[in-house]
Amino acid sequence: MNYQAFLIKYGEIGVKGKNRHIFEDTLVSQLGNAMNRVDGEFKVSRENGRIYVQALSGYDYEEAVDALTKVFGVVGVCPVVMVEDEGFDKLAEDVISFIDHAYEDKNFTFKVAARRARKNYPLDSMELAAELGGRILDAFPEVSVDVHTPQVVINVEIRSHINIYSQTIPGPGGMPVGTAGKAMLLLSGGIDSPVAGYMISKRGVKLEATYFHAPPYTSERAKQKVVDLARIVSRYSGPIKLNVVNFTDIQLYIYEKCPHDQLTIIMRRYMMMIAEHFAKESGCLGLITGESIGQVASQTMQSLAVTNEVCTLPVYRPLIGFDKQEIVDISEKIDAYETSIQPFEDCCTIFVAKHPVTKPNLSAIQKSETHLQEKIDELMKTAIETTEVICVEA
Amino acid sequence: MEAYFDNSATTRCNRLAAELMTHILLEDYGNPSSLHTKGMNAEQYIKKAKAQLAKILKVNEKEIVFTSGGTESNNMALLGAAYANRRAGKHIISTGIEHASVYQPLIFLEQQGFEVTYLSVDHEGRISLEELEQAVREDTILVSIMHVNNEIGTIQPIEEAAKRIKQKNPNTLFHVDAIQSFGKLRIYPSRMGIDLLSVSGHKIHGPKGIGFLYIRDKIKVQPIIYGGGQQKNMRSGTENVAGIAGLGLAAEELYRDFEEKIDKLYALRQYFIDGIQRLEGVTINGKLSREEAAAHVVSVSFAHIRAEVLLHALEERGIFVSTGSACSSNHPAISGTLKAIGVKPELLDATVRFSFSVDNTTEEADYVLETLAELLPALRRFRRF
Repeated sequence: MNYQAFLIKYGEIGVKGKNRHIFEDTLVSQLGNAMNRVDGEFKVSRENGRIYVQALSGYDYEEAVDALTKVFGVVGVCPVVMVEDEGFDKLAEDVISFIDHAYEDKNFTFKVAARRARKNYPLDSMELAAELGGRILDAFPEVSVDVHTPQVVINVEIRSHINIYSQTIPGPGGMPVGTAGKAMLLLSGGIDSPVAGYMISKRGVKLEATYFHAPPYTSERAKQKVVDLARIVSRYSGPIKLNVVNFTDIQLYIYEKCPHDQLTIIMRRYMMMIAEHFAKESGCLGLITGESIGQVASQTMQSLAVTNEVCTLPVYRPLIGFDKQEIVDISEKIDAYETSIQPFEDCCTIFVAKHPVTKPNLSAIQKSETHLQEKIDELMKTAIETTEVICVEA
Repeated sequence: MEAYFDNSATTRCNRLAAELMTHILLEDYGNPSSLHTKGMNAEQYIKKAKAQLAKILKVNEKEIVFTSGGTESNNMALLGAAYANRRAGKHIISTGIEHASVYQPLIFLEQQGFEVTYLSVDHEGRISLEELEQAVREDTILVSIMHVNNEIGTIQPIEEAAKRIKQKNPNTLFHVDAIQSFGKLRIYPSRMGIDLLSVSGHKIHGPKGIGFLYIRDKIKVQPIIYGGGQQKNMRSGTENVAGIAGLGLAAEELYRDFEEKIDKLYALRQYFIDGIQRLEGVTINGKLSREEAAAHVVSVSFAHIRAEVLLHALEERGIFVSTGSACSSNHPAISGTLKAIGVKPELLDATVRFSFSVDNTTEEADYVLETLAELLPALRRFRRF
């Protein structure tokens, strides 16, 4: 069947009072961006408080639905058949043909929900629903009417043209990206951080990202993997500016000067400082990490407190209460898992102590860091200055 | 400076071969099975390549079947010979240091009810001829031994092995994986008693995606790919004409002034080994003498170094090498050959393979040696816990 348009359902953003138009405008523009990547011509429009994506040319249905259901703010996508008003008999025929194509198995209960945006239509909503219901019952003996809890609602809307739709394909929900500021994601090659970026972006937040690589201890492939992960997240979040920081010299300096069981925690403090530097520079309102309490030594409550201490921006940790499997489930849902599990070493694992501290004490860590005084400022400066910026887009 | 010392993984394509292939792809692109002249022109390239390869191996042109590469050649040899001869017996002999493209088909055959005996190797990677002879039985239908090991370069005593096999059981077929030896050694299958010989194009400055299997006339091998009946039903599928022509020309070019080239390659290898031995904390794996080691592979274990870190440090300086073996290095499992020859567990992960081609120079070797001398102490300062 040919659907000429999609009706976009959005939940939460409909109730934002006077800001509503900002959210709707952003959603319209995000839908436009998403459809730009789909072959064919589309028009996104607002009409009487609803958003339509209309096809102006031939297109691939699966591809279009895939793009639309990746746009945050979209609660559901309804494929719509549009017909001209050529009298009631023709409309009834169109509705019957619609049901015939959309439902292979006709064993369901239904009701017709009719609406007249154009009041000069000869039948009113109630009459229209009743008449169409009768025609449908005549055409398909297996179906039955249930006006209270129908399995299928056949929507018929009389506008300048007539819309027929019944199915809703669920969207990701959330808020349109661009309605909530920008945040800096600390992106590693693992499973968690892309999911964390996805979750924050889902609330309408634009993303930037920072990745720390440590050549020759980490490889070009490890870096490529992170670029690939950023690209996967950007299918939802839109373009991501990725900062690739060469962290080797800082890491080796910490290795030489500090107790080995504190390496990871000290290293993470410096990572947060660098990420925050870039965050502030580009107007981000917070940092995002994929941490989850107790997952590894550096993610105990004590460790989180110690790493958090170096930041003045808020650090958002959307996975903080998630179990690994819950994170994996989302990772699979957003198609990042296969990429995340490629076996390349990242810089957090190259010099892991056999027994890293799990309950670091802030003053002990700060004391260890005094051993770094001589060169650390210069190394940080160099790391920041030599950072490579990659613009990643789906 | 750039030094590509990873020629066992793959080689740069010979320029003449690449140009010939471009011409074929753009101009003489006919299907060799087509009846018209474009088809006939394409067929001529295949004939020419067969003639070039047959001349190098001193075999008959009809004994060469083109494949998609070394892996397919090994699969065809093992699966094809096993199935065609299964009524004569279900016993196969191979070694513990074969490439995955031999090892995996053997595992498949074991699942299908064949029995495989794996010969052990000594600490330099050589099989024992006595053990081989004892393993050959009345129901042994196939022996498969690699000529030159891809990880350490050790040469197996192929000719002697063939004699021992045939003495014990004249009906046993002998397959040799020559993917690392073709282009490095003179190989004459009929004189050496080899029935099946696998060769890959891209290891000898030919293109990727092409190889061949030499199948001695009259021996029974069943095809493993079925379709339009090309190559006398042995390997269906429209021939990769450009690849075949590129392989033929690359082989001809490589075997021109062959002894001179190989002498030069051995000299480079020796020069490099001498330099390596002046470094601290190094062990060279495999054989050292020219009779028992190929000219292009040097496997070195570096104490207290992670091979992958060294690899990336070298790569930053334009030097390209492999850890252990390139074919298995994507895999978390550590090199089979290195374990089999008894490399110490702590050195398995510390082993780098340097592999040369005729294009490499002593200047490049010097550069690699100097770089190693500079890198090793620095990398050893930062050990893992």
